Amino acid sequence: MGVESYIKEQLSPESIPEPESLTSQLSQLSTLEMNPVQLVEYVATYPPRQKPTQEQKQVYRQRAKQIVTEAITARLLRATTSPRQLQEVMVDFWYNHFNVYAAKGRDAIWVGNYEAQAIRPHALGHFRELLGATAHHPAMLFYLDNSQNRVVNGKAAGLNENYARELMELHTLGVDGGYSQQDVIALARIFSGWSIQGRGQQLDNHDSGFVFNSRFHDSGDKVFLGHTIKSSGVAEGEAALDILARSSVTAHHISYQIAQYFVSDRPPEALVKQLTSRYLATDGDIREVLKSLFHSPEFWDQQNFNNKFKTPYQYAISVVRATGVEVKNTLPIAGFIRQLAMPIYGCLTPDGYKNTKDTWLNPDAMTRRLSFATTVANGNLPLSQPRIRIDAEQLMNTLGNFLSPKTQTVITNNPPRIRSALILGSPEFMYY
Amino acid sequence: MKRRNFLLQAGLFSSSLITSIGSNAWVARSATQDVQQKRLIVVLLRGAVDGLSVVVPYAEPAYYQARPQISLPEPGKTGGVLDLDGRFGLHPVLAPLMPLWQKKTLAFVHASGSPDQTRSHFDAQQYMENGTPGNKGTQDGWMNRLLGIISQKNPIQAVTVGESTPWILSGKMAIANLAPGRNINRPLPIDRPQVATAFDKLYSNYDPLSQTYHEGRMARQALMKDLDSETKMANNGAPLPDGFPQDAQNLGRLMVKDPKIQLGFMAIGGWDTHVNQGNSQGQLARNLGKLGDGLAALIKAIEPIYQDTAIVVMSEFGRTFKQNNDGGTDHGHGNVMWVLGGKVHGGKVHGDWPGLSNNQLYQGRDLAITTDFREVISDVLQHHLKIDSTKLNQVLPNYHPSQKIDLLT
Repeated sequence: MGVESYIKEQLSPESIPEPESLTSQLSQLSTLEMNPVQLVEYVATYPPRQKPTQEQKQVYRQRAKQIVTEAITARLLRATTSPRQLQEVMVDFWYNHFNVYAAKGRDAIWVGNYEAQAIRPHALGHFRELLGATAHHPAMLFYLDNSQNRVVNGKAAGLNENYARELMELHTLGVDGGYSQQDVIALARIFSGWSIQGRGQQLDNHDSGFVFNSRFHDSGDKVFLGHTIKSSGVAEGEAALDILARSSVTAHHISYQIAQYFVSDRPPEALVKQLTSRYLATDGDIREVLKSLFHSPEFWDQQNFNNKFKTPYQYAISVVRATGVEVKNTLPIAGFIRQLAMPIYGCLTPDGYKNTKDTWLNPDAMTRRLSFATTVANGNLPLSQPRIRIDAEQLMNTLGNFLSPKTQTVITNNPPRIRSALILGSPEFMYY
Repeated sequence: MKRRNFLLQAGLFSSSLITSIGSNAWVARSATQDVQQKRLIVVLLRGAVDGLSVVVPYAEPAYYQARPQISLPEPGKTGGVLDLDGRFGLHPVLAPLMPLWQKKTLAFVHASGSPDQTRSHFDAQQYMENGTPGNKGTQDGWMNRLLGIISQKNPIQAVTVGESTPWILSGKMAIANLAPGRNINRPLPIDRPQVATAFDKLYSNYDPLSQTYHEGRMARQALMKDLDSETKMANNGAPLPDGFPQDAQNLGRLMVKDPKIQLGFMAIGGWDTHVNQGNSQGQLARNLGKLGDGLAALIKAIEPIYQDTAIVVMSEFGRTFKQNNDGGTDHGHGNVMWVLGGKVHGGKVHGDWPGLSNNQLYQGRDLAITTDFREVISDVLQHHLKIDSTKLNQVLPNYHPSQKIDLLT
């Protein structure tokens, strides 16, 4: 397959069938299909508004742990074996963009569903839909405290600005996006009452976990980024998301981040400009922005080769993918990534994990990467049964000739049984 | 095209070619084997410990009124605090540290903290680590800047426990990581000579990657060598529980073994006690007990160098003065800092006490701050590590210490 048709195919992930080996493994993860409301009922085995007993608390903890473990397993199975590679790359990108931390209280039970419902379906879709899906999901409502954002009888004492601020600073406009503290307050008022469905609270239309509590909503008119937003309940939030998603400042911010993720820690401004105009021309169509990126001269420019140092996540995934091992056990991969301080769903702060070299290149990390490469190459990481020692020649056939002459010389001068480790641990393989 | 095709299929979507970036070779130069070397260990309590339960103002009636369920009784009563100076008492689970107080090598600075008003854990920790409260633009940590100033160009001059680089130590200087837990000296494939030799050849350029690789190898060799001789003699005596006490002891023993290790950092979490905080027993007491045991184990381990060591314990902010409706406390402001070390002016609660009446509380709800945390850091840097004021300004930009507290000479 040529590069062109490969890109085209990857931009339409739904056209790529997932192999049975992957779908059957995913189907064994029983909590994966549960919606946010079912997930709550699964862990909370006691009636609403009742204090749990010690045993019920223990069940809660065990099941919450099971849910997170299954979510991590699903993420890693897809990342290492799904043929929809671009989609999975974009899941990594967007999850960090709209980060939610699993160890914050109830978010343990929701992060997997958040990724499955809010992130993955929209990873190559329209930015506005992705933004809306994250704004409504209980994982985000809880993580950035909007579920506590309440205005009662016109009193702003319960106003919580956390989500409103991060929505502009991180998700859309960017920190220097030209908004003021007044805009933060206006946006917090707009989102007051956006909350999480309570246990036992029946909603006739859905089980998404989202609820709009009109009695906690500030019903006054608002002025947000110069736009007057008339009092209209939940529609105000949608109007604000429209404004943010269509803003040229957001277009630039998103384009910068995409270019930074794919091309260079300091992406060329011409490329960012090109992506920004593509974003604005297509009403924020992520697929079109990526298509523009993959056909840009900057993406293929020799100057930008070797610019991106893999994150621990990217490194681990690329090592495992390169070996072609059919992964049955993802725990050792999760463990390695965690040890290198990038645990999946474990970024505490809302800005998500960075993808720049400054963050991830450090002395101890190098020795651990090379040790990981050696363990995988020797078949000593229990990814599947039977364990397979990776053949260097086969590895080179899969990877093609991507090594510098110097690296090749070092590899050929070493005995065959260590060559695979050297390939996977080569300087060239640290970058993408 | 073939190579690009691979890179696409490797699932990362970019294109690569090695570029060599010229850079100075990293020269390994052994530090002077100076056992008198001054050491600094910082322990960060992430999640905001309730300082009013650590150093308890038991002489203030307002304290008992504000905390009917979670206050600690006066000295002498069941579960009561350990009297420090007639005004303050130490949480009873910290009894293992009382001998240090009596020997006057343990001091506290009450009503201290970061002057920024944020009650966000993330922001407040960041400020305490980057050393510039209110300024998020500072990308490196103050301990990394400090390392830059005192650098002896050895790969293990600063050691952090755990595999991530905490903000406080991030920056341009390389630091070493000590794996947590009991199996710190578990070998990795890279420790095998054949594997190491092969990778050494692969990373023999002067580019940043090779340089970092060699820093990592040297740091690991140094630490593993220390650990190897260490574990052989250290396995007598009761093993400590995993977690902070074990890690603290590991770090302490290494520092004694190897004078090259000058800066140490550890973090311990679990202090965000919004619900059911407890008093002399309960959630906070359990965690404080672990901290106290760990500090006691650390100090026992570093006995030969205790005279030349300063230990600072701090947390991003304190908690609300009044207990909340859930038997807990919420995010507050002022807190207490701990300073330990052989030359510390201990046996004293330093700092001005702002009082606990409504008009004395910060924003009417939290302990006020009368000592900036940078004042404490400055004092340690100037009088313990002998950093002059010009250099101090590089570690803590735009901070001018008032010299009003006197923790060390």
